[in-house]
Amino acid sequence: MTSNEKKQLQITACKVRMGVIESTYGAKAGHPGGSLSAAEVFTYLYFKEMNIDPKNPKWEDRDRFVLSKGHTAPGLYAALANRGFFPVEDLPTLRHIDSYLQGHPNMNTVPGVDMSTGSLGQGISTAVGMAMAAKYTGKTNRVYTLLGDGEIQEGQVWEACMSASHYKLDNLCVIVDNNGLQIDGNVADVLSPYPIVDKLVAFGFEVAAVDGHDLEALEAAFEQAKTVKGKPFAIVMNTVKGKGVSFMENDAGWHGKAPNDAEYEQAMNELKAQLAELEA
Amino acid sequence: MAEMKKVATRDSYGAALAELGAEHKDLVVLDADLAGATKTAVFKKAFPDRHFDFGIAEANMVSAAAGMSTAGLVPFASSFAMFAAGRAFEQVRNSIGYPHLNVKIGATHGGISVGEDGASHQCCEDFALMRSIPGMTVICPADDVEAKAAVKAAYEMNGPVYLRFGRLAVPVFHSEDYKFQIGKGEILKDGTDVAIIANGLLTYEAIQAGEILAEAGINAMIINMATIKPLDEELVLEAAKKCGKVITCEEHSVIGGLGEAVCSLLSEKLPTPVRRIGVNDEFGHSGPAVALLKQFGLCADHIVEVAKEFCGK
Repeated sequence: MTSNEKKQLQITACKVRMGVIESTYGAKAGHPGGSLSAAEVFTYLYFKEMNIDPKNPKWEDRDRFVLSKGHTAPGLYAALANRGFFPVEDLPTLRHIDSYLQGHPNMNTVPGVDMSTGSLGQGISTAVGMAMAAKYTGKTNRVYTLLGDGEIQEGQVWEACMSASHYKLDNLCVIVDNNGLQIDGNVADVLSPYPIVDKLVAFGFEVAAVDGHDLEALEAAFEQAKTVKGKPFAIVMNTVKGKGVSFMENDAGWHGKAPNDAEYEQAMNELKAQLAELEA
Repeated sequence: MAEMKKVATRDSYGAALAELGAEHKDLVVLDADLAGATKTAVFKKAFPDRHFDFGIAEANMVSAAAGMSTAGLVPFASSFAMFAAGRAFEQVRNSIGYPHLNVKIGATHGGISVGEDGASHQCCEDFALMRSIPGMTVICPADDVEAKAAVKAAYEMNGPVYLRFGRLAVPVFHSEDYKFQIGKGEILKDGTDVAIIANGLLTYEAIQAGEILAEAGINAMIINMATIKPLDEELVLEAAKKCGKVITCEEHSVIGGLGEAVCSLLSEKLPTPVRRIGVNDEFGHSGPAVALLKQFGLCADHIVEVAKEFCGK
């Protein structure tokens, strides 16, 4: 990507982060930590990688994205809103009674959401089904799914990986957000899923391990994915949970907690400063 | 009377899929290493490119079916009732039910007539589990003709459907011109003394019970209620009003199935005495299917016994 393109994506990622803070603050609940760690990948997918049309969210030939780690809906919603699927102004209605922005993604209420998710481990299986359907119907669209590193403790994830490999789903890209933290603490302490890359390779994936906050590294991985034939591709992203907001970084406590008034102010000030620097 | 032709409804399932598959290219069939037993192997042979085996991994199969349906396919996800409704309950609930996707679940080997495999495989809880999911249609056909018609009707409707089939060959009592409609019960015999509402293999037992009761001077109304949800409330109320007594019969726990659906309706809209025939909150065990059905009271003789006691005769 050009340096200008990179800067634009960085600006967008910063806006996605602001959307995460606005929405979880508005909701007085929600999951900022894992939304912030995935801000770059949400941005890259919706602003560079995926073939989609915000004016026609149900377009038949679009690429699909399944947020298997559905609790990070604030990140997905912020990306969708910034991409024009719905107004950014609606983000603070997250989780409100009667809001279409449900706590976990709902494909029937939120424009641009391709699958309802929230129960961990199921999203990747639905993505496998989508990729199989594309193959059967001769469509060339691609399917992307994002999982948490805690989520891959679910056995169903590995059932899905087995089937992705068995059916040679080279139109499927599985992304793991390895931010190292889950509700009860360090993923390594709660129940270690490591080594993730080796496991995915053993399950028949071609794997790229990247810094999930490096947009150029993400680009290289997504481009590599498209060159692989006959097997599924996985991107294991090393990330920082809570990335971009100093006091949320690397703190499991911010997995599922909203900022209070003072924390909101501080978080927004930090992000506004980052944005100003990028736009300078 | 000549010996009636007997067919297991799981065979009807496989045959109906193969027939429908010839007309509809969007129909795909998924299995979890049981294609031989769920009888979808017939479909697999005819349309190998549209049959997907997920191995012994029902959770993944069910969620993958949901994903396929979002791309416009109409997946029939097949397994034993125990695993389709039981093991994969939460996948059915969250991947299919919540987004209200157009997935059909073909569950064979329902009830204790699974026989020798014993309790681990005898699912008597599936109606209860599936009924509890908002928007889920639940059907348990009575014979070959109805089972094939139910598969076709499930394909034709948009939305999630749970279809329960049996392993045991049962009499085919419907004629080929029978018109099945989802959500509509069928009066097999009119009557005034007691209404016997059955589904699945208990329907034929109820028909036989009706004949025996007639000889004993009890005029029973016999109803086939293949669709458990949405329940044909109008027909249940009509039968209860006319007979004043209702017996439900199902190869399922008395908890959460047809009996409870009928009781819920009647207790709110037309309080009527009810007797529920089903599995009485216990597990099954190994044995020949017919002997088990008799032992658990899921047979014409027991229906007759209950009806006579109920009618004070």
